Amino acid sequence: MTADLAISVKGLTKSFSGRKVVDDFAIDVKKGAIYGFLGPNGSGKTTTIRMMCGLLTPDDGKGTCLGFDIRKQQVNIKARVGYMTQKFSLYEDLTIRENLDFVARMYGVKNRKARVTNALEDLGLLDRASQLAGTLSGGWKQRLALAACIIHDPDLLLLDEPTAGVDPKARRDFWDEIRRLAAQGVTVLVSTHYMDEAVQCDNITYIAYGRKLIDGPSNDIPHQIGLRSWRVTGYDIGEMEATLRAEAKDVQVNRFGAVLHVSGRDEKELAALAEKHGKNAKYKWVAKESELEDAFIYLMAGAKDNFGDHHS
Amino acid sequence: MTFGFSISRFLAVLVKEFIQMRRDRVTFVMMIGVPIMQLLIFGYAINSDPRQLPTLVEMADEGPVTRSILMGMKTSTFFDFQGVVTSAEEGDQALRDGTANFVFVIPPDFERDLMRGRHPEVLLSADASDPSAIGGAVGAMNGIISTALSETLEGPLGTIRNSQLPVDVVVHRQYNPEGKTAVNIVPGLLGIILSLTMVLITAVAIVRETEKGTMETLLATPVRPLEVMLGKIMPYVLVGYVQTAVFLLVAKVLFAVPFLGSPLAFFVGFNLYIVVNLALGFLISTLAQSQMQAMQLSFFTLLPSILLSGFMFPFAAMPQWAQMIGSVIPATHFLRLTRKVMLKGAEMADIATDLRAIGIITIAIVLIALKRYRQTLD
Repeated sequence: MTADLAISVKGLTKSFSGRKVVDDFAIDVKKGAIYGFLGPNGSGKTTTIRMMCGLLTPDDGKGTCLGFDIRKQQVNIKARVGYMTQKFSLYEDLTIRENLDFVARMYGVKNRKARVTNALEDLGLLDRASQLAGTLSGGWKQRLALAACIIHDPDLLLLDEPTAGVDPKARRDFWDEIRRLAAQGVTVLVSTHYMDEAVQCDNITYIAYGRKLIDGPSNDIPHQIGLRSWRVTGYDIGEMEATLRAEAKDVQVNRFGAVLHVSGRDEKELAALAEKHGKNAKYKWVAKESELEDAFIYLMAGAKDNFGDHHS
Repeated sequence: MTFGFSISRFLAVLVKEFIQMRRDRVTFVMMIGVPIMQLLIFGYAINSDPRQLPTLVEMADEGPVTRSILMGMKTSTFFDFQGVVTSAEEGDQALRDGTANFVFVIPPDFERDLMRGRHPEVLLSADASDPSAIGGAVGAMNGIISTALSETLEGPLGTIRNSQLPVDVVVHRQYNPEGKTAVNIVPGLLGIILSLTMVLITAVAIVRETEKGTMETLLATPVRPLEVMLGKIMPYVLVGYVQTAVFLLVAKVLFAVPFLGSPLAFFVGFNLYIVVNLALGFLISTLAQSQMQAMQLSFFTLLPSILLSGFMFPFAAMPQWAQMIGSVIPATHFLRLTRKVMLKGAEMADIATDLRAIGIITIAIVLIALKRYRQTLD
């Protein structure tokens, strides 16, 4: 383990009633980075996060989180980590202030009253501090949950699908806050389903079926997959989209407004398609760098069968 | 016709209900377990006509008639002679701390006075704090003596026998001279009520955290099991205090139940009892997955507390195995303790055995509960 790693684990394995949920998982997370945890539902993201912060004991594997052994020093880890659960898990029958106060006490925060008031101010909830947390809307609950898990100035934030069910504006604000925290040196590990959030991460780890398939800097992900793309523009783009979908089954066609991204790992096949349809003057084909979004959709669509053996 | 009764919809609900019933293990076990437990307890353990009650004898005289009477008492199966006391104080002490239900006293010169037709008195001192326990035995006393005399007083002494009953049996109902059942029931009820609310409230309060998902937040913090346990339990200790205060007041005002013993002894005992019940609630919370299950399990523990503790039915009358089960129930010991203090005027020293018993049960429960409480979500 080196000093600049916030998390360094390997061989993490966990089974629930005979089913392997996480299988031989390894990751090194650099301090101060934003790590995106991507993968379909049930791929083991939550279980992995829980193992790293001491909420679950791995069946096998070892490692450190913030320099503490994830098997033996869970209490030390918990004191330095802010963990935001997937489901809102503060007390709905306590007020906003009471919730923050409770969490601050749990972590033994100094100058508690002032800190709680500050947090309320940052949240913009000072005038509603005595409202019951259960009566907040989804977006506000999420902001409250974030405020609660950073009130003790953790070194590491583990966010488990923090923006599920939250509107785009609230999500953008949320990510502004995450980047501000990262800039202050907090390491952030966030699991998500959203592409626009994945783009915000410095590093991406993609898991499916409990196994890590991809791990790298986000701009390097398309390269790691070996994904090539062409950009298609023109009138009646819908017609071209339908043609391509019918004709080339193993090529990925994504529509972004009036633009088509045609991606695949077989360079020749793509070139042949461009050659053939490029003759039609209605459309313009341009080879382009694959973007993370293309890669992301590719991963989400293909998960196991296309990919599992290739990378590992 | 679309709004008519649909067999298939009805079946859908029916099948779903059976599936859910089968999935909820605790409820399923309760449905089968509770009737079986009740059947066994009511069928085998409970005996409202208690026999073999522990009895001590104070013998200031001895002779053939005395021996015959004692033999008669023994064969009646109401009395189980456990020894001899040499002074009235010793006998009183045994009644107060509950080691004996009866002390039978043969006065000095009993045999001589009997022969001379002086109608001597024998004294049956009874612990009447549980009137139903001693009723049968007391009622049988005259018959027993009459039979014993007829067997012993033969020949010339037969004349004594023929006068109505040459011995007077004086029954001294201690602690509850009027034999009022309320005096017995009310202090016992305190134990049952405290047990029910304390166990239930604690169990449900903790399980609610798991059910609502807040347990995950709690576990993600560096909090230790003991901190959670104490922090969750203390508020309910206060509830127990309030309940007890109200209870004692009502017992005094409405039922005229006396409070004769040491308040300190009571205070110590009832605090310990609250602790053991809260610990039990905590243990249940580690077993139950939902508030519903916690509630069911709490009621499950309540059943033996009512039936096997000596609250409803005399403890001494139960068979050995049922008494053994009863002995590990906290309510059993608290009941004895409360009755001793309130009705028999017991002091600290008199309740030491009960305190020790509750203490041991508490330690056992706390150890199991702490072992079961998970600091992780495994």
